[in-house]
Amino acid sequence: MKSQSPDPGPFGVMVHKEIADHIRSWRFSILIALIVLTFIAAMYVSLANIKSAIGNTKDPDHLFLYLKLLTTTDNSIPPFHVFLSFLAPLLGISLGFDAVNSEQNSGTLTRLMAQPIYRDNLLLAKFVSALVIVSGLFFALALLMIGGGLVLTGVRMEPQELLRILGFIVITIAYVAFWLSLSIMLSILFKQAATSALTAIGIWLFFTIFYQIVINLIVKSFLPDPAYLSQAEIIRYNDLILNLQRIAPNQLYSDAVTTLLMPSVRSLGPVTMEQMAGAIPAPLPFKESVMIVWPQVSGLMASTVGCFAFAYYFFMRREIRS
Amino acid sequence: MKDPIIQLKGLTKQYGAVKAVDGLNLDIDKGEIFGLLGPNGAGKTTTILMMLGLTDPTSGTAFVCGHNATSSPIHVKRKVGYMPDSVGFYDNMTALENLVYIGRLNGVPENELKKRSAEVLEIVGLAADQHKKTSAFSRGMKQRLGLADVLIKNPDVIILDEPTLGIDPTGVRDFLALIKQLSRQQGLTVLLSSHHLHHVQQVCDRVGIFVNGQLLAQGDIGALSAQLFGTDSHVTSIKTAQPVPQPWQLEAELQAWEAITQIRIHENELEFTSSRDVTSALVRFLVEKGYDVIGVNQKNYGLDDIYQKYFESNSTKKTSYEKSIS
Repeated sequence: MKSQSPDPGPFGVMVHKEIADHIRSWRFSILIALIVLTFIAAMYVSLANIKSAIGNTKDPDHLFLYLKLLTTTDNSIPPFHVFLSFLAPLLGISLGFDAVNSEQNSGTLTRLMAQPIYRDNLLLAKFVSALVIVSGLFFALALLMIGGGLVLTGVRMEPQELLRILGFIVITIAYVAFWLSLSIMLSILFKQAATSALTAIGIWLFFTIFYQIVINLIVKSFLPDPAYLSQAEIIRYNDLILNLQRIAPNQLYSDAVTTLLMPSVRSLGPVTMEQMAGAIPAPLPFKESVMIVWPQVSGLMASTVGCFAFAYYFFMRREIRS
Repeated sequence: MKDPIIQLKGLTKQYGAVKAVDGLNLDIDKGEIFGLLGPNGAGKTTTILMMLGLTDPTSGTAFVCGHNATSSPIHVKRKVGYMPDSVGFYDNMTALENLVYIGRLNGVPENELKKRSAEVLEIVGLAADQHKKTSAFSRGMKQRLGLADVLIKNPDVIILDEPTLGIDPTGVRDFLALIKQLSRQQGLTVLLSSHHLHHVQQVCDRVGIFVNGQLLAQGDIGALSAQLFGTDSHVTSIKTAQPVPQPWQLEAELQAWEAITQIRIHENELEFTSSRDVTSALVRFLVEKGYDVIGVNQKNYGLDDIYQKYFESNSTKKTSYEKSIS
C-alpha cells in the first residue's frame, strides 16, 4: 500500500517516525487524558448552565450557543479556554523538552546525522510532528463539541460561530507551537533532558504566576497617587501596564481567545466614556474581532519563529558527538 | 593509476588554544583498509567528524568520494557509512525497525527495503534477533547492528570509530574478519580508528599513527618499523646449550662485522642488533666455533613496539615542554 505513494523523502520519513513515537509514548497519552478530562468537565459545567446563559437577554452574546458552550461556567471551575492557557504550555513543553538532547544522550543523534539528511530537517521534523499531533487533538475536540452540541440541542450553528471556534483552535495551536519551539530550543541548549524540562517549566511558571506580580510591584514603585492624575495620564499608565503584561505569551493568548469567543468584546484596553458614547452593546462581526486580536496573534507567531530561529542557529554549527 | 577516495589536506581543528588535529595530510586509496591508530584524545574522532562534515575544520579541506565534506556533507554522507564509537539505537524499536528507518532515510525504495534489510541482517548475523528490541541487545550485538546500519545504504566507504571497543575477544575476531571479508568482496574502502594495536594489525593494509593531532607515520607495518627503528631494525637472539663465558673472546671478532651494531650477552642468551638480516651467518659462525645452538629467534617489530616508541618520544617531548613553560 505504501509502495504506491510517492517517495516521502527523508523529511517525511522523520515526521512519520516522530509522530509514531509520540503516539506510542506514555507521556503523550497522559497529557491527552488530562486535556480530554478537562474538556469533559468544562463541557459538563457549561451544559448545566447553558439554559440560564442563553436566557440572559442582557448579554449581547446570548444567542451564540456554541460559543457559550465553550465559555459558560458557574465559577466552580474555569472555562475550557482558561484551562488551556495553562495546560497548553505543559503540552508544548512535554512534547519538546527532550527533542534533541535525548537523541544526543542515547547516541542516536550521531547516527542520524551521519545519514544524508539536512540538519534543519531534523529540527523541523520534531516541530512539525508534535504540531500535527496537537492540531489533530484540538480539532477533534472542537468538532466533537460542535457535533455533540448539535445532537443535544438541535440548534443551528451560525457560520460566524464556526469561524470563531476554528480561530480559537488555530490560536491555541499557535500558543502550543510557541512553547514547543521554546522547549526544543532549550533541549538543544542543555545536555540533560531534566535541566531543559525544569527550565521550560520555570519560564512557564514565571509568566503565569510571577510576571504579573513583578509588573505590579515595579509599576507601583513609580506610579504617582491616581487621585492626583488627570484621566489622560491614568489611561497612559494603564496602557503601559497592559503593554508590559502583553510580553507574557499567556496574556497574549487569553486576550486573543477571549475576544474571539466573546463577540461583544470591542477593545482589549481601557475605553473612555467618549469612545463608548453612542455605541450599542452588540456583538462584533468576526472580521472585526480578528482585527482586534491580530497583534496578539502575530506576537505569538513572532515569538514562535524567534525561538525556532535561535534553535536553528544553535544547532546548525554545533559539533555532533556522543 | 591511483585515485585516492579520501583526501585530507592540511586538516586542522582548533578548540580554543588546543589543536585537536594539526595539519593532517592523508590519502586513502579505494579498496584499502586503513587503520588510524592513536591513544585516547589523539584527535581520531575529530578527524572522522570533519570527514563527514559533522564538525567544521578550522582550516584545510577534506575530500571524500570527490566531494568537499565541509561544503557538501550530504553528498559525502550518501557514499559514506559511519559507525560512531558508542552507537545508539531507538530503544523502543526493534532491530529491524531501527534498520528500516535508516534505510528509508537513505532513500532505499520501499519495495526493496525488506529484501535489503534481511540481507544485511544475515551478513552481520543478527537475522535471528531482528524482532528483539534493541534495549535488550548486548554491546557486541549493537556493534553488529551498527554495521548493518552502515551496510544498508550500500556505501563506497565505511568509517568505523573504535569498532572493537568493549567487545569480548571472540567478538572482536569475528567482527574484524567480517570487515575484512566485506572489504575484499565488495571492494569497500574501510577506515577504522582504534587504540588497540593488535586489532588494527590483524586487518589493516596500512596504518597511520596519530598522536596529539599529528600523523607521525603511515605505511604498512613493515615500512613503519623500518621508518622508525632505522638501521637498528633487526634483532636476532640466539640461545646456546652452555652458558657463554664472560668476558667472551669471540665478541671482538663479531663486533668487527660491519652489520652488527650491538651485542648483548646474558648467560646463555646472545642478542645481536644489526642493520641487516645476519641471522643465518651468525648461526653458522657459532656452530663452527663449537656452540650448541638450541634456539634462534628473529625479532620482528610489532605494532606494540612501534607504538611504544612513538609514545615514549612523545611523552618526553611533552615533559620537556612542560618544564620549559614552568
